Amino acid sequence: MKAITTITSTAVPLDEENVDMDQIIPARFLKATSRDGFGKNLFRDWRYENDNESLPRKDFVLNDPKFHGRILVAAKNFGCGSSREHAAWALKDYGFDVVISSFFADIFKNNALNNFLLPVTVSESFLSEIFKAIELAPSTTLTVDLASQTITLNKIKQPAATEIFDINHYKKTCLLNGYDDIDYLLSMKDEIAAFENKSNMHARTI
Amino acid sequence: MPKSLFEKIWDTHIVKTITDGPAIFYIDKHFIHEVTSPQAFKGLEQRGLGVFRPKQVVATADHNVPTLNQHLPIKEELSRVQVDTLQRNCAKFGIELYGLGHPYQGIVHVIGPELGITQPGMTIVCGDSHTSTHGAFGTIAFGIGTSEVEMVLATQCLMQNKPKLMRINVEGTLNKGVVSKDIILYIISKISASGATGFAVEYAGSAIRALSMEARMTICNMSIEMGARCGIIAPDEITFQYIQGKKFAPQGADWDSALTHWKTLFTDADATFDQELDIDASAIEPMITYGTNPGMGIGISGHVPGLQQIEEKEKPSFEKSLHYMGLEPGSEIKGKKVDYVFIGSCTNSRIEDLRLVASFVKGKQKAAEVQVWIVPGSKQVEQQAKAEGIDRIFADAGFLLRQPGCSACLGMNEDKIPAGKYCISTSNRNFEGRQGPSARTFLASPLTAAAAAITGRVSDVRELM
Repeated sequence: MKAITTITSTAVPLDEENVDMDQIIPARFLKATSRDGFGKNLFRDWRYENDNESLPRKDFVLNDPKFHGRILVAAKNFGCGSSREHAAWALKDYGFDVVISSFFADIFKNNALNNFLLPVTVSESFLSEIFKAIELAPSTTLTVDLASQTITLNKIKQPAATEIFDINHYKKTCLLNGYDDIDYLLSMKDEIAAFENKSNMHARTI
Repeated sequence: MPKSLFEKIWDTHIVKTITDGPAIFYIDKHFIHEVTSPQAFKGLEQRGLGVFRPKQVVATADHNVPTLNQHLPIKEELSRVQVDTLQRNCAKFGIELYGLGHPYQGIVHVIGPELGITQPGMTIVCGDSHTSTHGAFGTIAFGIGTSEVEMVLATQCLMQNKPKLMRINVEGTLNKGVVSKDIILYIISKISASGATGFAVEYAGSAIRALSMEARMTICNMSIEMGARCGIIAPDEITFQYIQGKKFAPQGADWDSALTHWKTLFTDADATFDQELDIDASAIEPMITYGTNPGMGIGISGHVPGLQQIEEKEKPSFEKSLHYMGLEPGSEIKGKKVDYVFIGSCTNSRIEDLRLVASFVKGKQKAAEVQVWIVPGSKQVEQQAKAEGIDRIFADAGFLLRQPGCSACLGMNEDKIPAGKYCISTSNRNFEGRQGPSARTFLASPLTAAAAAITGRVSDVRELM
């Protein structure tokens, strides 16, 4: 995977709480056997009337020409519900590299990290500051720097605001270097086999 | 040091802990299905890897299979390709598949327990968020994404951070007409759709101990609907009796040694939790959801919250949700017209669910304008229902007994609720469009769903018993 370093971009504000996986990518689009092409169905039923691509819903932010960029900003509990990784593939395929929220659902967060889509958790107050700044001036950019774990809101004609975000050291190293968990786990196979011999679990006899 | 049940299992499955990072966590059983596995197998092929422990993987086709005429080839091409791909991958990598037509086929979280594959003390994963179901047996069981499916196929391990621990104590006796589905809908309505995010939740207390295994599975199943990593219940005599004699249950001396181990799987008296919640079972009435996440639930005699009860910040999403559902703030939920009734899903499609519905509807007729779909959780459940004559009770009532699969729970196959229609559903999610684009879902217990099937309206089953 391509390593993540610093990303500066305008952002798309999706001021909705509890955005669930069925909205991000409805189940009927999970029939593919590859990881490609999910972006066109991202937020499908919020984007189009009656599932019709020639009828974009004007009130949905992805259809608002004012907003674009590699960063999606969403309200709390983003990615709740299903475990479908197709949601992370869809966001990434659409062109997002970062999702910002005050709170991510567990499985979504893991799926995002495994696809080098960076979930950045910010405080409630910083989140509302970001929403306000973007609504006021859609050309406002955000800078996410993984190495320093900082997110900066580059306000127009005002001082920038910065917050530090959390990420565990292991995952940060992976993302900065383009490693994934599977590379690491494969390097541990001998230890895993030794663990199996030692633990003698009944499970494996079934 | 006193330990919780979760910690006892967690600690014995750690291969190694990385400083300031996650643990390498060993997985005993891995269930896979057609929808979230193809890209994982493709990943293995691209890396030139095999499956590390194929005997610890079990496959079935459930999410994307038709629930009528399963003996015929699947009509829709993409669905057929997906099911065929699973078959090809299982054959290539040496994985046991209970696919369409197999007597063990069914919803992955129904067949694991009914075959005795799910056993106390195990760690279990599946590329499906409702894997939490298996926690009812005293296992650590949780849903994973496809990249993680690939990791487990390749190494039988995952990188995991230890979750925080929550215990929910449900004490007392349930009232008439109240079942385990109502307990979990009640809990989620109290702590919200995100209230347990980051936690492993242990369910304890006299009301939980009194439940059958199938009823406990319903509770653990919906742990994810409040954001929990997993749900877990300590195994006891009810658990052991359920497992004994099942197809893959240990036998003879193996049974004895398994039992000795399983009896150590409980939370020690002085173990501590990051959070505890006490629930009075007698305060719970039959529950129903009115909104578009599982936390938006109320007692059947209650009203949809009024706008004045909602925090200013929450008002836009609350109003959007009610607009989607076509409901007014402050309105009564009882009496609302229903178009479809769906009894099925990994939450409520087991034989006890079907027995409960059958005992209520026996001799009754469905309301004329309502469509009623009963989708058994597995071939074994379907066979059992037929052996007990439950199929005839359903036929006499005008219900359609379909074939096993996930069906209208997620509307991935053709079993979709039409736009704008109301469905009372025993499944687990009432998200917008979950059961079909613009479909409207009321989540409820099998009993409450059965009552609506008869009256054609959201009804208080207690008044009909």
